[in-house]
Formats: sequence, C-alpha cells, structure tokens
Amino acid sequence: MVEMATTVAFTFLSVASLLFVYRVVISPTLADRIIALDALLLSVVGGVAVHAARTGEAAYLDVIVVAALLAFLGTALVARFVGRRDR
Amino acid sequence: MIELTASVLLVLGAALTLLAAVGFLRFPDVLTRMHAATKPATAGLLLILTGTALVHSGAVQVAKLALVALLQFITAPVGAHLIGRAVFWSRSPLAERTHLDDGSRSRSGRT
Repeated sequence: MVEMATTVAFTFLSVASLLFVYRVVISPTLADRIIALDALLLSVVGGVAVHAARTGEAAYLDVIVVAALLAFLGTALVARFVGRRDR
Repeated sequence: MIELTASVLLVLGAALTLLAAVGFLRFPDVLTRMHAATKPATAGLLLILTGTALVHSGAVQVAKLALVALLQFITAPVGAHLIGRAVFWSRSPLAERTHLDDGSRSRSGRT
C-alpha cells in the first residue's frame, strides 16, 4: 500500500521538479529563478521524506532536517542579494 | 488503516507540489507565481511529513519530523516575505490585468 503510494508520490514530485528546473533554466526574471530554486529544494526535501516513508529508514530524517534548513538559508541569502543589487 | 492514511497523505502532498509547479509555469507575474510556489512549502510538505510520521512509529523519529514541520512553518513565511520584498522594490512589472497597485506610490517615491 505504502509502496504503491510512494511510487505515485515520487512520480508527482519528479514531474514537479522537472517543471521547476525548466523554470530555473528558462526564466523571465531573476526573482523567478530564486523562487523556482526554493521550490525545487523543497520538492527534494519532500522526495527524501517520501523515500524515508518507503524504506522505513530513520537515517533519512536527519537529512530532511538539514535540507529544509539549508533551503531557507539559501533563499534568504539570495533574496537579500537580489534586493540590494536592484535598488 | 494507518497505512492507508499515510499513503493518502503522501500522494496528496506530492500532488499539491505538482499543482504548484503547474501554477508556477502558468501564472502571469512574479508575485502571483510566488503565491503558487509557496503553497507546497508549508501545506504540501506538512502532508508529506505527516504521512512519513505515520509510517515511522518511534518517538524520536516523529519528534524529528515535527521539528522539520515547525521550522518550516517558521522559515517559509520569512523566506517568502524576503523574496516578495526584493520583487516589490525591484519594480518588476505586474500582470496587465492588475487593477490595483497600492505599492506604486511608495515605490516611485524611493530612488
């Protein structure tokens, strides 16, 4: 049951990640790239969580904590950078 | 029963992320795209984390997942606010259908 659900979830997350990557590569503004990168990182975090649910491996949970925090740190830093540069 | 609930939650969270990606490609300007892209940051991730927490039964594991959810609920609005602020001050063009731009005066007053 969980196996099948995680396969479906992986499919959804992969397609979402591909769309976000497309938006990072072909993007109208710099801000779009930041938002897309942030969303891409969070879908990766979601993917790790789904994998943790699939395998029942507890070690992946630490990865989720670190990745979620790094996603915020990166977004905050780059957003500051963009705000300063465009002003 | 628990497995079924966990499966539904995992699929729902992933589907929300996919919907956000589609919205992100289709919406007309940066702020509306941000509106679409920041939904899975809290709601989608919370659904996935809840599903994972249902599969993992240990107290430590569930505590770690709750920690991620808590941190995400604190940091996601802050990050979105920072991006929105940068977009606002960089005077990125709004969609043509936008009728009301309350920020236009304060933006043009500042050099």
